[in-house]
Amino acid sequence: MKILTYKLFLFLKLIGREFKAQKLRMSLTVLAITWGTISITLLMAFSVGLETQMNKSNRGLGDGIVIVCGGQTTMPYQGLPQGRRIMFRTESGVIDLIKSRVSGIDMVAGEFLRWGQTVEYDRKQLNKLICGTYPEYETMRAHYAKEGGRFINQKDIELKRRVVYVGTAVARELFGEDVNPVGEIIRISGVPFTVIGVMIEKLQDSNYHGSDEDYLVIPASTYLLMYGDPFFDNIVYKVKDGVDSKIVEKDLFRVLGAKYRFDSSDDNALWTWDTVEGAKIFKKVFLGIKIFMWFIGGMTLFIAGIGVANIMYVAVRERTREIGTKMALGARGGQIILQFMTEAMAISLVGGLLGIIISLAVTALFRMLPMEGSLELLSDPTVNWPVALITVGTLSFIGFAAGFFPARKAASINPVEALRYE
Amino acid sequence: MNNGTLISLSGITKYYNTGKIKVRALRGIFLDIKRGEFVGIIGPSGSGKSTLMNIIGCLDSPTSGTYVLDDQPVAEMGIHQLASVRNKKIGFIFQNFNLLSYATSYENVELPLIFSGIPGPTRKERVRRNLSLVGLADRADHKPTELSGGEMQRVAIARAMANDPEVILADEPTGNLDSKSGRDIIAIFEDLNKTGKSVVMITHDMNIAARCHRLIHIRDGLIESDTKNHNRQSAYV
Repeated sequence: MKILTYKLFLFLKLIGREFKAQKLRMSLTVLAITWGTISITLLMAFSVGLETQMNKSNRGLGDGIVIVCGGQTTMPYQGLPQGRRIMFRTESGVIDLIKSRVSGIDMVAGEFLRWGQTVEYDRKQLNKLICGTYPEYETMRAHYAKEGGRFINQKDIELKRRVVYVGTAVARELFGEDVNPVGEIIRISGVPFTVIGVMIEKLQDSNYHGSDEDYLVIPASTYLLMYGDPFFDNIVYKVKDGVDSKIVEKDLFRVLGAKYRFDSSDDNALWTWDTVEGAKIFKKVFLGIKIFMWFIGGMTLFIAGIGVANIMYVAVRERTREIGTKMALGARGGQIILQFMTEAMAISLVGGLLGIIISLAVTALFRMLPMEGSLELLSDPTVNWPVALITVGTLSFIGFAAGFFPARKAASINPVEALRYE
Repeated sequence: MNNGTLISLSGITKYYNTGKIKVRALRGIFLDIKRGEFVGIIGPSGSGKSTLMNIIGCLDSPTSGTYVLDDQPVAEMGIHQLASVRNKKIGFIFQNFNLLSYATSYENVELPLIFSGIPGPTRKERVRRNLSLVGLADRADHKPTELSGGEMQRVAIARAMANDPEVILADEPTGNLDSKSGRDIIAIFEDLNKTGKSVVMITHDMNIAARCHRLIHIRDGLIESDTKNHNRQSAYV
């Protein structure tokens, strides 16, 4: 055991000596592996981050929801002419009808909208959109409140409370940055309301009546009391998981067609926006982007691999005479191969480790940088560990192989041939 | 141990295939070298001297024939045993020194000792002793580029002597040196020979050949003559 440890010590001593002698080449190889690892890891990290961010902003409007509003018929139906406007009367029980008769629906709620209402606080006065709706909106439309606040609830509806949930941008305009306005009283169309919550910051890439951060939400019952709107502006529903939204939509046309008397095949009778369908398309597009990224990543790995192989190969060939000298002095072939392998391993480990550390640092930096607008899509790069490890592994393996075979050859031929090598 | 024969070659041939032409470098060498001999090998270039030397040094293997080194047939040795023979029994000296350019004199001499796993203090002492033996104790920390040709060859000798081998094999050790440095090298060989080491040396220089005890002429891959050198000159004349 002692002898073995001692031999190991001698072996490491030799390697250390040669490391010093080959500083430039070693650093270049380390650099090649580091660079390869960084490029691929970062490429994939941003690809993953982009997907997360795009998914998030895609869900900003709501996850898997369909928005419906009344349209105009284009087909005569049961003696009724075409061109009739379809509108959802508030008192008609349309929501309950959809809930009970259309299959595959998870949640449904109506929504009232009124633009340009005065909103006052302190001495500030703004004109904003007021939305009256139901508690289901919280999950359907991702109307979550920041800590310490809440969205409207069933009790608010029942008691027709004068409470308001404020969009992020509205809150900024009214109360300023970094102020928690929960409990403050504001006036909407002259009527005092208590702020119960402010929307969380969220990414939103699509909308149908302005960005969610830019309006105020009050209970539907309170809204009706104030404005007396006879019609829902929109109805929003969410289909159950695993249910095809197209089939649900057909069912909706059938049920509402019977109620409002239009042909269930008349596409213009209702205007619908199926975000589930949109998400599907988005997924396909992103799959394309991902395949492209993997392709680029693969190519980069390939090029980096060639670089590493080249350096290792040249290094061993360059040292063929040296190998011959050592063999002539009584080194064993195994010792020499082991030495090159240890070198290659140390280089790949250091290079790979450096590459991963730098990638982690860069991704961390990007996550810290304040990025707005479309740049926000780049703000959440995530290192994909399998990709990073596979990259390091592949490059190490290539370096290994490119060093191993020439080293083994040089160590297995007669020393005189290795010595003769120029 | 037999009657002092260290190296015994019988029927050694070596053929190279360089493309279409078959080069017969050695065509049947019979040669015995005893312990303590000082042998000079001479002959024109291309005669096969270096090939013979490489085979004696176990750096190359013959196409046919038997080589018995210290009562052991070399052909029967495994690669580990061969490495050990090169390490311990043979000290090989090259015309172009073959020192590791990045290593100091000390480290170059230390190399064979590391390969044989000699422990630290002994190793240190042996490296120092061998460097003093060739008069380079003060050059221990110099790299080959900082040494003259003669000094480099002396480091190479110290390295060849590191494991106290039976025989010194030198392939034109003075070929790249001026005559003064060459004489110094030969003087070292003579000293080593006096302590009982066998020395086998290839040379072109007739003045140097004149100092060997036995001269072997090689021509066209065969031994042309093998003579005792009775009227040899001494290094100290």
